[in-house]
Amino acid sequence: MHAPAPQRTMRLLKLKLNGRIREDAVAEGELLVDYLREVAHLTGVKTGCDGGECGACTVLIDDEPVPSCIVLAVRCEGRHVETIEGLTRHGKLNRLQRAFHEKLGAQCGFCTPGMIMAAEGLLRRNASPSDEEIRSALAGNLCRCTGYVKILESVKSATEANHDD
Amino acid sequence: MTTEPITQGGLSRGGVPLIDGVEKVTGRARYTADLEHAGALVGRILRSPVSHGEIIRLDVSRARALEGVEAIVTGDDCDLTYGVLPIAMNEYPMARGRVRYRGEPIAAIAAVDAETAERALHLIELELRELPAYYTSEDSRKPGATLLHDNKAGNLEREVHNEFGDWRQGFETADLVRDIKVNCAEINHAQIEPHACLMDYDPITDRLTVQSVSQVGYYLHLMLARCLRMKEAQIRVVKPFVGGGFGARVEVLNFEIITALLARAAASKVLMRLTREETFLTHRARPQTDVTLRIGMRRDGRFTACACEVVQRGGAYAGYGIVTILYAGALLQGLYDIPAIKYDGYRVYTNLPPCGAMRGHGSVDMRHTFECLVDRMARELGLDPFSVRRANLLQAPTRTLNDLMVNSYGLAECLDKVERASRWRERAGRMPPGKGLGMACSHYVSGSAKPIHFTGEPHAVVNLRLDFDGGITALTGAADIGQGSSTMVAIAVAETLDIPLDRIRVIAGDSAITPKDNGAYSSRITFMVGNAAIDAARHMKAVLVAAAARKLEARPEQVECIGGTFRVGAGDQSALPFADVVAAALVDEGAITVKGTFTCPPESQGGKHRGGAVGSTMGFSYAAQVVEVDIDDATGLVTIAKVWVALDCGHAINPLAVVGQIEGSVWMGMGQALCEETRYLEGLPAHASFLEYRMPTMAESPPIEVHIVESHDPFGPFGAKEASEGALAGFPPAMVNAIANAIGIDFDELPVTPDRVVEALIQRRRKAKLTRISKAAS
Repeated sequence: MHAPAPQRTMRLLKLKLNGRIREDAVAEGELLVDYLREVAHLTGVKTGCDGGECGACTVLIDDEPVPSCIVLAVRCEGRHVETIEGLTRHGKLNRLQRAFHEKLGAQCGFCTPGMIMAAEGLLRRNASPSDEEIRSALAGNLCRCTGYVKILESVKSATEANHDD
Repeated sequence: MTTEPITQGGLSRGGVPLIDGVEKVTGRARYTADLEHAGALVGRILRSPVSHGEIIRLDVSRARALEGVEAIVTGDDCDLTYGVLPIAMNEYPMARGRVRYRGEPIAAIAAVDAETAERALHLIELELRELPAYYTSEDSRKPGATLLHDNKAGNLEREVHNEFGDWRQGFETADLVRDIKVNCAEINHAQIEPHACLMDYDPITDRLTVQSVSQVGYYLHLMLARCLRMKEAQIRVVKPFVGGGFGARVEVLNFEIITALLARAAASKVLMRLTREETFLTHRARPQTDVTLRIGMRRDGRFTACACEVVQRGGAYAGYGIVTILYAGALLQGLYDIPAIKYDGYRVYTNLPPCGAMRGHGSVDMRHTFECLVDRMARELGLDPFSVRRANLLQAPTRTLNDLMVNSYGLAECLDKVERASRWRERAGRMPPGKGLGMACSHYVSGSAKPIHFTGEPHAVVNLRLDFDGGITALTGAADIGQGSSTMVAIAVAETLDIPLDRIRVIAGDSAITPKDNGAYSSRITFMVGNAAIDAARHMKAVLVAAAARKLEARPEQVECIGGTFRVGAGDQSALPFADVVAAALVDEGAITVKGTFTCPPESQGGKHRGGAVGSTMGFSYAAQVVEVDIDDATGLVTIAKVWVALDCGHAINPLAVVGQIEGSVWMGMGQALCEETRYLEGLPAHASFLEYRMPTMAESPPIEVHIVESHDPFGPFGAKEASEGALAGFPPAMVNAIANAIGIDFDELPVTPDRVVEALIQRRRKAKLTRISKAAS
């Protein structure tokens, strides 16, 4: 019922996390999601399933949205990992965060960090996606509250927002 | 970025974002698993590997001896049952002597880390003697079947038999009488946050601090006090952010009591995070249901009678079961005017995880069956589905045959709106091949008028606090689980006082601070807590007006409060800003606390017949919807092209949130209709992950066009009623009716999966071929 305990061999991991370089000793078998939550205390990264099914733990690794529950922390050596906490800069919400807030893209909010990170990944590679491109890019992120209508509206609204915001 | 004022649901108003929305979009919101748990032990549960059996031997000594194991608890540690209904508590937190479903908790471990806890689980020695197990209602009810509970003959938790009006005569006077038998699959809430709780026990003060995913902190409080034999005053229940509920957490769950027992045994803090698989096993969702329905109809579409039998496969323990089987019968009424109704309900014990309450509690599968049969009969009589519904409307205010109050009724307007929006008249019957339109109606209660635990207290209490800073703090026990109830409270207070929303902060769900609330279920919060919040704000306003009157040397009735400024007459000289009035009110008084309450009067609490309180409410929401489908006859895939839905919520206190709730409930109905199903193989769940339990992804989810209807309920807060459940039950029948419209096949099973569609199409081709052959032969 539970995953077998990870191996305890430790390694030094150096990566860029939300724009800052950091180094930590991590177990070789440690999942990125556990490293982010338990070591870096970035609890905006959520766990909603038993592995790779719901997208709630989605983070960006070098701009690519990835479920952090199926990536080993040590595989992120030298890479840039971004979480929801990294999107808020200089006390301002990122355009997607703002749109999700104003358009009610978040209800219970549990899927929201992963959903926003997946959408952020999309907008970085495609500044004005079509509805179908948005639906397809976010299809790996499950939400049980919204029926996705206001999530779609939120992402579309963010694409219309000025980049300076 | 300038935000355009957006209107919602066809209203001229837009509403406001959630007051806790910024926390959610920034990742700052702390859900239970995110709480500070440094030094906390890790909890794990040993679960039954069999569906039904006697525990012959349970030896935890080897596990206990493992270094790092701090506590082990078993059924021996709690000999008290728990449950949501005082009359049906037949479940122990951990099995005592007997297990009744695969996955039932038997023992639990608290250890220094997860690895140790999991190793210790494997060291527990368990011997079971298997008993016969039943996985269908039919098998469980067979004569001679082993009883799951000794006092429940025929494995029936509850039988309900109600008759209202002369149904025999009703069927005799009908022009058309038809029957239908529908099988609806068991489904699950599948809220995205897995179950979790953090229990902190301090042995020195004998105090327990509880943080959990619960929708019902008050019931959790009561059950922990009962099962741990603690005084209620020694327990504090705090609600963190909750990642969805939909009914999954409206009863106290076994892992919550188990973790509290572990925390006390270990004299420590214990964090329990269930896996997704365990979250599915904990279950308490919508049961597999067989509905058999007969309707009598006149040629003009008017109902003459209906007779309905509902059999629910309830799982191994009572849970909300009695309420669920009563709801299915009670909510046959309140939507249409039906002159006579017969209802027979059977709630059956089976060796599967216990079912419970899920969004649309008890009503959904019955409503689905009803709306499907109405459509088929309309077709036979050559009537339009809309006109049949219109032939049977109620007139508010009225009382149903089972004595439920209908105080406001916007169904006619809902029908008009979706008929127009979907261009039904132009398009129905003229759709291209493989495409179809279908419609259905539904309704739901705005809070159960009779509480589960009758104490004589008001149904809701809200406190408001005002101090030197001029900010108003609303204290409510109402659990915001994402539906926006805290925002609703803030708006109710701000609008009543006519002050800006940002002057209000809401503190919700902390038993040490906030007044008790029964919880987030039966869509009660807007109606009951909203009314209590308005009542509290009126008291606060009276205090402020009195202070302003003293300062302005006027009588209170002369003082007006507009936009937070208090004045007498039109002159600016007599205008007092809010801060000055607050300062005046605090003189000789200090910090001010006022209270507001709301109570559903006895005449709203349903009929006097047994179980008559279930379904009783001060206000029903009403919904109509049209679904457009597109069917691929090669793959059997049903695609939902669009949904038009109108819901009468009385008055939309926050239109943005109302529309969000309607979209979500329609979509949840879509999941049940299209693809969701929990299956078991000899009691082993075959669906306990998001890969096997298929809910629609964003790629498969249609546009949902929402229209809000405001019927201004005479008792609702600002005229409001519920908006979160009423539209759900209409989706499955509207879709099944649309499929019939598209391909001419009526489906009697949910979900309508591609394999079922393909199978039906093959059967039809085969039948057509046989007919051709037999014609050729004759």
